[in-house]
Amino acid sequence: MHLIVVGLSHKTAPVEIREKLAVPESRIGEALNRLCTYQGVKEGLLLSTCNRVEVYSVVDDIDHGYGRIQEFLADTHLSLSSEQLTPHLYWHTGDRAIAHLFRVAASLDSMIIGESQILGQLKDAFEVALAHKTTGVIMNKVVKKAISVAKRVRTETKIAEMAVSVSYAAVELAKKIFSDLAQRTVLLVGAGEMAKLAAQHLIAQGVGQVRITTRTPQHAVELAEQFGGTPVPFEQFKDDMASADIVLVSTGASHYLISADDVQRAVNVRRNRPMFLIDISVPRNIDPAVRHVDNAFLFDIDDLKQRVEQNRAERLQEAEKAERMVVEEVGVVLEWMKSLEVTPTIVALKNRADDIKRSEVERTMSRLTHLSAQDREIVEGLASAIVNKLIHNTMVTLKSEVNSSSGAAFVEAARRFYSLDSQPPAEARSGETASQPDPRSQELPGEEAASHTASRKRTS
Amino acid sequence: MAVVCFMVTMGIYFIATISFLAYLLRRSEALSKVSLGITAAGFVVHTIALVARMFASSAPSPPSVHEALSFFSWMLILVFLAVEFRHRIHVLGSFIVPLALVSLVSAAALPDTVPTLQPVFRTLWLHVTLSMLGTVGFAVAFVAGVMYLIQDRLLKSKRFNVLYTKLPALDFLDHLNQQSIVMGFPLLTLGIVTGAISAEFAKGSYLSWNPEQTWALITWLFYFVVLLGRLTVGWRAKRAAYLTVIGFAGVILTLVGVVLKSYGTVS
Repeated sequence: MHLIVVGLSHKTAPVEIREKLAVPESRIGEALNRLCTYQGVKEGLLLSTCNRVEVYSVVDDIDHGYGRIQEFLADTHLSLSSEQLTPHLYWHTGDRAIAHLFRVAASLDSMIIGESQILGQLKDAFEVALAHKTTGVIMNKVVKKAISVAKRVRTETKIAEMAVSVSYAAVELAKKIFSDLAQRTVLLVGAGEMAKLAAQHLIAQGVGQVRITTRTPQHAVELAEQFGGTPVPFEQFKDDMASADIVLVSTGASHYLISADDVQRAVNVRRNRPMFLIDISVPRNIDPAVRHVDNAFLFDIDDLKQRVEQNRAERLQEAEKAERMVVEEVGVVLEWMKSLEVTPTIVALKNRADDIKRSEVERTMSRLTHLSAQDREIVEGLASAIVNKLIHNTMVTLKSEVNSSSGAAFVEAARRFYSLDSQPPAEARSGETASQPDPRSQELPGEEAASHTASRKRTS
Repeated sequence: MAVVCFMVTMGIYFIATISFLAYLLRRSEALSKVSLGITAAGFVVHTIALVARMFASSAPSPPSVHEALSFFSWMLILVFLAVEFRHRIHVLGSFIVPLALVSLVSAAALPDTVPTLQPVFRTLWLHVTLSMLGTVGFAVAFVAGVMYLIQDRLLKSKRFNVLYTKLPALDFLDHLNQQSIVMGFPLLTLGIVTGAISAEFAKGSYLSWNPEQTWALITWLFYFVVLLGRLTVGWRAKRAAYLTVIGFAGVILTLVGVVLKSYGTVS
């Protein structure tokens, strides 16, 4: 029983390969079912985003499993051959596979470290796998742990705190000038993509009013509808500028649209209330001389990029902390996985039964002092027979189910029935919510189908 | 008791100052809580010192410069704790706590005696209390002004350093600046009026143009113009910040005038 991950990401494969391999959401379930029909593949989860396609799986044999998953990946797209694919694939097993999943979930492996989308994508992928019953005890545990590790990284480090996109850096700067964006007005000049994105961020942060002007009046009207703002005629926007606290400029103009004098005039009309001007256009549309105007703060694309770079560097520092957390959490999961091996479980079960038998026999014998040595042997024999018969079937089943798809579930169940873990892992007691039923309490041996229905009912 | 508590307060504020300055330069936020805790402890001890002193004095006596400055720093920390409680602007402490410490150290360095004046304690107490409350307003405006100018400079030069991340938004600082002056100005006005009345009682004239009175009037006039400018022609933001920083120099010179008087070099 081995956990394995096979896949490719933005680090190993160009977009041409990634887009071919990517599985649309509607077809993930079907793909998972196909994956689990391969011999030796017991559990499967497919994570497919624009930056990565990865198969997480529990397999009987590592080399064999790797081959099957590679086959599976090559089969997902008709025009993709194994030869084309293999050079881009990476694979990890055991603790390294777990660590990889944790790093992916915590966005340590992302193109933009600390971005939050990947966690949602992983959750979705897990949902699909649950719905198609392609994950079992091991994957359920590991994926849930990955999600909780990601949350821990998010709350305990500053990895996601700082703006790492140019458009968001604009919002961050705005907040250093205006404490309450709700009372502020933003004027959007031109309809460049980046400016639109920045405007969207500002609106999401609760900016009060949005005014929009573009050279084509119709365009401004459309954008105004989209953002819930007011269109402003292009010829008038300079007079209108004084009413705007934040001016976002990105047009295709090849000259300065806004001069230092224009800004000075606006600041005068505003009676020195500070103004925040962002010029995301290349070539620039706002005269850089604006920096000499008091109470007007101009930032161009390079300034924003500089801020982003700085934040990225800080995120990398935070990522180091997160890496340490990952190592720690992998240790916890490994401990748990070790307990799922059959042989130690059988040994533990025998010891447990022997312990019970010995203590009970001793107690009884202390009261039956009149028995002869022969009688004593008979009583002891009786105790042994009962105990051995009671655990016999469990041991046989464990041995025979070792290689079946629900082997781990049997082991887990046995450990719980006979309380073989003096201290159950923390997750068994807390951290489980109604929407994520504990697989160990749900998936009892032989009742797998029923348990899945139950867990589905509880999630729905 | 009062003296011991006063000394302890000074020690605590000294540690709080170091802690708050370290907070200013380091990326970690953890120090803010520590610094705040130390400051609050200092404030409690200081309160005990002031109360103990009030009860200790058997016969009523006119306020000394020592007492005035001690009260000033107590009020300053009170205002800081109030603003901190409402807005969570920890970095304010990095500026205000050192100022409170300086004022306490000055209080300790200055004689705790009063120039021989005819006992007109009531009005004199009122005069000192009101003037000091007004001064607290100007001190906060000064600190807000300094913080504004730093943040303005950092934004203009696009230096996004640790200080940049810790300083609050410009409009918050400008608002704090305005509020402090709006509160401080009427208090100072009343302080000057009661001072003039006291002087009339003590020396028979409202105004004798000694350094204290001269600087007080200049300061008053200056802040009057600053306030008027802000409310009418838009002297806000950077200009307001500059003006309040300059105006605080007037406040300091007035206090120097008071100290000179207390030494008796000027009558």
